[in-house]
Amino acid sequence: MLKKLVRCIREYRRDAILSPVFVSCEVFLEVLIPWLMAKLIDNGIDKGDMQYILKCGLVLVAAALASLAFGAASGMAAARASAGFAKNLRHDIFHRVQGFSFTNIDRFSTSGLVTRLTTDVTNMQNAFQMIIRIAVRAPVMLAFAMIMAFRVNARLALIFLGVMPVLALGLFLLTSRAFPIFDRVFKTYDKLNSVVGENLHAIRVVKSFVQEEHEREKFEAVSREIYFDFSKAERIVVLNMPLMQFCVYACMIAVSWQGAKLIVAGGMTAGLLMTMFSYIMQILMSLMIVAMILTMLTISRASARRICEVLDEESDIASGPDAVTEVADGSIEFRGVSFSYAKDPGKLCLRDVDLKIKPGETVGILGGTGAAKSTLVQLIPRLYDATEGQILVGGRDVREYDLNALRDAVAMVLQKNTLFSGTIRDNLRWGDPEASDEALRHVCRLARADEFIDTFPDGYDTWIEQGGTNVSGGQKQRLCIARALLKKPKILILDDSTSAVDTRTDALIRQAFAEEIPNTTKLIIAQRVTSVQDADHILVLDNGRVDAWGVHDELLRTNDIYREVYQSQVKGGDEDAQV
Amino acid sequence: MPRFKPAAQKPQDFKGTARRLLRLITEGRKGRMALVAVMIVLSAVAGTVSSMFIQSLLDDYVLPMLGQPSPDFTPLVRALTTVGAVYVVGMLSTLVYNQIMVGVAQGALKNIRDGMFAHMQTLPIRYFDTHTHGDVMSHYTNDIDTLEQMISQSLPNLLSSSVTIVTVFFGMLKLSVWITLFTLLFVFLMLQVTKRMMGRSGGYFAAQQKALGELNGYIEEMIQGQRVVKVFCHEEAAKREFDERNEALRSNAARANEIANILMPVMGNLSNLQYVLIAIIGGALAIAGVPNLTITGTGTLTLGIISAFLVLSKNFSRPITQISQQMNSVIMALAGAERIFRLMDEEGEPDGGTVTLVNVRTDGDGNLRETPERTGLWAWKCPREDGGAELVRLAGDVRFFGVDFGYVPGKTVLHDVSLFAKPGQKIAFVGATGAGKTTITNLINRFYDIADGKIRYDGVNINRIKKADLRRSLGIVLQDVHLFTGTIMDNIRYGKLEATDEECVAAAKLANAHDFITRLPDGYQTMVSGDGGRLSQGQRQLLSIARAAVADPPVMILDEATSSIDTRTEAIVQRGMDRLMQGRTVFVIAHRLSTVRNANAILVLDQGRVIERGSHDELIAQHGRYYQLYTGAFELE
Repeated sequence: MLKKLVRCIREYRRDAILSPVFVSCEVFLEVLIPWLMAKLIDNGIDKGDMQYILKCGLVLVAAALASLAFGAASGMAAARASAGFAKNLRHDIFHRVQGFSFTNIDRFSTSGLVTRLTTDVTNMQNAFQMIIRIAVRAPVMLAFAMIMAFRVNARLALIFLGVMPVLALGLFLLTSRAFPIFDRVFKTYDKLNSVVGENLHAIRVVKSFVQEEHEREKFEAVSREIYFDFSKAERIVVLNMPLMQFCVYACMIAVSWQGAKLIVAGGMTAGLLMTMFSYIMQILMSLMIVAMILTMLTISRASARRICEVLDEESDIASGPDAVTEVADGSIEFRGVSFSYAKDPGKLCLRDVDLKIKPGETVGILGGTGAAKSTLVQLIPRLYDATEGQILVGGRDVREYDLNALRDAVAMVLQKNTLFSGTIRDNLRWGDPEASDEALRHVCRLARADEFIDTFPDGYDTWIEQGGTNVSGGQKQRLCIARALLKKPKILILDDSTSAVDTRTDALIRQAFAEEIPNTTKLIIAQRVTSVQDADHILVLDNGRVDAWGVHDELLRTNDIYREVYQSQVKGGDEDAQV
Repeated sequence: MPRFKPAAQKPQDFKGTARRLLRLITEGRKGRMALVAVMIVLSAVAGTVSSMFIQSLLDDYVLPMLGQPSPDFTPLVRALTTVGAVYVVGMLSTLVYNQIMVGVAQGALKNIRDGMFAHMQTLPIRYFDTHTHGDVMSHYTNDIDTLEQMISQSLPNLLSSSVTIVTVFFGMLKLSVWITLFTLLFVFLMLQVTKRMMGRSGGYFAAQQKALGELNGYIEEMIQGQRVVKVFCHEEAAKREFDERNEALRSNAARANEIANILMPVMGNLSNLQYVLIAIIGGALAIAGVPNLTITGTGTLTLGIISAFLVLSKNFSRPITQISQQMNSVIMALAGAERIFRLMDEEGEPDGGTVTLVNVRTDGDGNLRETPERTGLWAWKCPREDGGAELVRLAGDVRFFGVDFGYVPGKTVLHDVSLFAKPGQKIAFVGATGAGKTTITNLINRFYDIADGKIRYDGVNINRIKKADLRRSLGIVLQDVHLFTGTIMDNIRYGKLEATDEECVAAAKLANAHDFITRLPDGYQTMVSGDGGRLSQGQRQLLSIARAAVADPPVMILDEATSSIDTRTEAIVQRGMDRLMQGRTVFVIAHRLSTVRNANAILVLDQGRVIERGSHDELIAQHGRYYQLYTGAFELE
């Protein structure tokens, strides 16, 4: 896991190395200052030697300034290195996700991927910055101050050695007690947020059923839980303050006592006693910071793990070597195709499908929810690979094609489709970045999108909000169809893409398809029988199996499902419509 | 909806917000806060005394003993014992005030959380229309988080730092006035440097926030549309655009953090510099024999004084550095608190209603009598001016007279709408999106109040009815089904909390939901998470019907589902709806014409006006808009 993350340092390696080097220099000087100070006190102030005070003072000022310079340089290097590291990390994740197949995407939720690219990367950035600076600074200071303390006076330094384990053990106990509680609190926080979230979404339900009181009780119960747990954890954590004070004070008294005896016996000077007082703080504070760093790194380990899940995920669909880059025609053939999302032959959602579709044909696909209509068509542009059997497009197995070539030839309008923030023109050009305005207008005419685009004051420059929230459902669907048409595909797949379009427009779009792109193979999944009844063939799917394949009149006579759907719909409006 | 919108980092009214927050924290905790104050002072004094002890250690005990043939250590032992006692007091004080502060801080946070949620429950629907869920949510997450940081960490820190500064200051004055003045001067200089740097970093941090927002927005949009990206082979273009934004964030983040990172070493080393300079100045003064002025008198500047001063000077600059570091988080927390207060200051739904819903039974003469037990018979209790009350039987008669309404003042969306629904009638609304179908139903349950006209419910002006009672008398099935985390049973019971299990099952049977529920692994005890989880759209719709059935109201509002439920499921849902409608006044918002044929009256709406009213046959005969819709010549949605 670490190796993968370390690889993201790349061009920022220099800064990543300079930062700990500089910070070590800073620490070195910082520990040296109290020791030099002892000289100044003993040889200068105590002896009344102004000359010495100035000379030694100058060295000390220089040391303080140099330490400042090193510290600043280290901080800047750490900032650059960690910002760069975060950039590379994000880059690697995002690029990796772009290579994902639909199967890979299914495995991660959208919000999960977004969290990894945002919060998790930020956590890693902070952790990295800490590792190359503070996490070096604290232990180095601890070690160096300890060495200096022993050099000054080994007997006094032993006191530190005696107190340090007490502090370390105390901190360890406190952290290990509080940590699980904090962990639990964060989960309770999720619960709180979900109560609020549900409430916001369902505010009309809450108000309609006059359940405000009930919701409040629900919220307050969770809120109380957080209060108790958080208080408990915090009460443990804040014990570290008096603990620290205890250790510092104990050292002070012990050092004062032993130091006084040493000075009186002539084994030490007043200045050196001061140095030891300084080292008490430097050593104990460093120890505390080390403990804090360990806790924080433990927290960021979860982020690292989540990020590595993405970096480790191998895309399971890729173009093979010597891939074919030309799709001959729009013919489609399924040969004994079965499919399972879990790649488990025991959980098939599509079974033994055999189909043969000629170029230029129109095929309607009908079936209830869970019939696997979407699943079937998604195999054609190789969004998923068949678990068993073979799919042929233009006479060749889809796995032989270069993926981009295949997907450019097979245009698919997804059921859950998205428009992106940008102008209508920008959105359409996803289909063909070089399309002329002429071409844009042409496809919009085919998809009957021109009629509403022309009513917008800004026409093709109309700004579409993220997700296309500022156009109606029917308009969105027509724009998505136009976008797909712009690819001039050999096969066009509409996955329930006209459900929000009125029946008349729906019919006109199909008519335009028949007249203007007769050579394109068209697969139309629909709920409305009217959308498919004129197709060359109609495929009725049921529970992942082909239930029937034929034309309207034939199916009406022979197929129960088709007849049932037809009757239930015609009973509504369409019967009269034909009168 | 974009989740990433950078929130304002600074409060607009710094003082007012701070004061209000402080009031919230201290309210009802005055005694404990006073104790905290005392303890903080004790703890700070103990700290200062411990540093000052160095002076007497050197001057009074150690140095006098130098050169003595048989030094007497007893006075030193006594002094150390005294100091030890002071330490213990300091430590205990720290312990106590920290423990108390945890309770205070967490209690205050809980109050703020609960208060915010309780108040949010009273807000009108309009508030939720004009604020995105993400924005409201962020009050509970980000704003409370920063507040928590501040109340439980920054606040005690600020308090003890300020007290420490004061006690150390007096300690320094007691040692030497002149060196104290120098220390003050130096600290002033340090603060100037910090302020400069903070000022510069502020701009960079804003730039970083902006770049972060842009990148995160892009990430969110692309990841959400990842499947479309694949289908259009748009991966390379997406990578390119991503890399641009990524690099912009990196350069901004590097610059902002460079400055932030220098701050700590600069402050730390300036304090080292001060340490050195004090030694030099102190030494020079001592050698020159300048009399040492203190607040307790004049004496000589001894080695002990200089040594103690060195320690104190560090204790003086440390809390100042800490305060300046905490300032940022305090400002951010106050900005968050201000946003929370803004929510809490939003005006709740007005409810001036006096008419209540009561259980009644008929006495021998056929008159209505109010009764406390549940009879299944309800009446509106309308108070009269003379103090008595009139009982009007709840029947479900709803009438609109010349109603005008607009969501935003000046933009009327319903014009002069009049309609009537007699008890037991089924009224269907038909029309394009934005024609005003949902708006009308929103007025019946008073999610919004009308601008002009009258609405009467069983002859009672609905503005006079208490909102809770009005809504209890109306059932609603929305097209987007919202379920709550809990069991299926809990979700059905949501319609009426006191319903028994049997009643819930009966309602599920009525709604046609019983079959699929019993087929679930845990039946009625199956857990449903968040927004329905594994249940299909159709199944959720059925649950929502059952939920309304449990409440058993005389008037129902049904918003048909538009989403693509397949035809067979739709038929099941429709049968459930039909059964629910029996014997009630029903308003149906129709998205499919097939379901409105048996309505008593169909109202065709266009741009906020009722343009046609009649039964199916009448309207077909009219050859008007309904006919056009019906023949598919007009887009319904």
